[in-house]
Amino acid sequence: MAKVIEGLFYAESHEYVRVEGEYGYIGITDYAQSQLGNVVYVDMPEVDDEVTAGEEFGAVESVKAASDLFSPVSGTVVEINEALEEQPELINADAFENWIIKVKLSDPSELDNLLDAKAYEAICE
Amino acid sequence: MEDKKTCLYDRHISLNAKMVPFGGFVMPLQYSDIADEHIAVRTTCGVFDVSHMGEVLVTGPEAERFVQHIFTNDIAEAPVGKIYYGMMLHEKGGTVDDLLVYKEADDRFFLVINAANIDKDYAWIVEQSKGFNVITENQSEYYGQLAVQGPQSERVVEEVLGLPCAELVFYTFKKLEVAGETVIISRTGYTGEDGFEIYGSHKFIVAQWDKLIESGRVKPCGLGCRDTLRFEVGLPLYGDELSDEISPIEAGLGIFVKLDKAEFIGKEACAKQKAEGVTRKLVGIELEGRAIPRHGYEVVVADEVVGTVTTGYNSISTGKSVCMALVKIEYAKLGTPVQIRIHRKLQPGVVVKKKFYEKSYKK
Repeated sequence: MAKVIEGLFYAESHEYVRVEGEYGYIGITDYAQSQLGNVVYVDMPEVDDEVTAGEEFGAVESVKAASDLFSPVSGTVVEINEALEEQPELINADAFENWIIKVKLSDPSELDNLLDAKAYEAICE
Repeated sequence: MEDKKTCLYDRHISLNAKMVPFGGFVMPLQYSDIADEHIAVRTTCGVFDVSHMGEVLVTGPEAERFVQHIFTNDIAEAPVGKIYYGMMLHEKGGTVDDLLVYKEADDRFFLVINAANIDKDYAWIVEQSKGFNVITENQSEYYGQLAVQGPQSERVVEEVLGLPCAELVFYTFKKLEVAGETVIISRTGYTGEDGFEIYGSHKFIVAQWDKLIESGRVKPCGLGCRDTLRFEVGLPLYGDELSDEISPIEAGLGIFVKLDKAEFIGKEACAKQKAEGVTRKLVGIELEGRAIPRHGYEVVVADEVVGTVTTGYNSISTGKSVCMALVKIEYAKLGTPVQIRIHRKLQPGVVVKKKFYEKSYKK
């Protein structure tokens, strides 16, 4: 059974945001990594790139397929998780610990459009 | 049209395989993990359900002359029991399909064709056979097929299945009478490893599958690793490296096109391509980084699109991101720097040989 963590904001496209102050850490959910299988490459944007809620910002790839990543929120990339460049499999080890990008939120009200843990759990069933 | 199921469909479901549509069939992509299955074939033994493949039997007094007419390789004076790889071509040199031809007798040839092309190929074969004294029979519905692949295949087939196969040399086959039917076993495969392919009735194939899985000595392997395995050793997949629009000369498979044969469909086109040179060629490309080139991605040089990726992976055996690509001939030389557009970015790479791992056939 895939893990879902309380207190995060979830998108139906299986990304999450963990909010700390004016920043959000964005990654894929445990359910997403379990569906994808072993992650062999993560395509990430660069620091200072803009991301827009609902739009593609990168991809996670298994041996067979690339799955686009959609940003749950809008903002500016302030950090990427460089550990994933050499060890993309960290996402399989712990998808919630191993966020992909950290963004400065440009419109925190967008969080209201996202799902809470309970609602997200329901769509994973 | 609904995808067809092979005789092993229920077995795949009970092993919890991830099923995907392929070539008009619903097939197992993977049972556990593509990389684990890939490594099992490289190091021990794996079994694939390849019952989706098509089989056509050609018999009759003019069977040899007819096969010579539609097939690029040369089967003249072939011994019974020998297998040939080659293509059927359109007049203009594009590829109808790539296939294996098993010589069963001077007047009897067994053709193994790609699942996705069964209907197209059979219609084409029947059309070409007009005027030849031959009988063609599409036996695809009758046969199930297993591929047992990997360095331990010979022992597994002999010990677990009790099918004598040690004396078979690479690209030969024999027929065996087993359980009241005639089955075919050949030392062939599509992984770059030693291995065997076994053809029989659905009932026979299911029984062999069960024995292999129950033995615990063979890993069930899906189409996912079948593709990564064949790709690493530079074997083409129809639809990627070959197609109605791509000739075997362009795909670098000229050694299977015997231009010294008296005639075959597509000979003139291939001879012309060889004499005048092709305008595009299949190459290997190795990328500097880990970004993964995939089918259809653009190959770029100095902002100009010069080709297209046909198959690409992060190679499981070497860890490098590599691909095969069809590029303009000016950029096909080994060592040519190229870029591939992957998710908006251009990733640098270089043209290399289109073989990323050494084959270990037992010849």
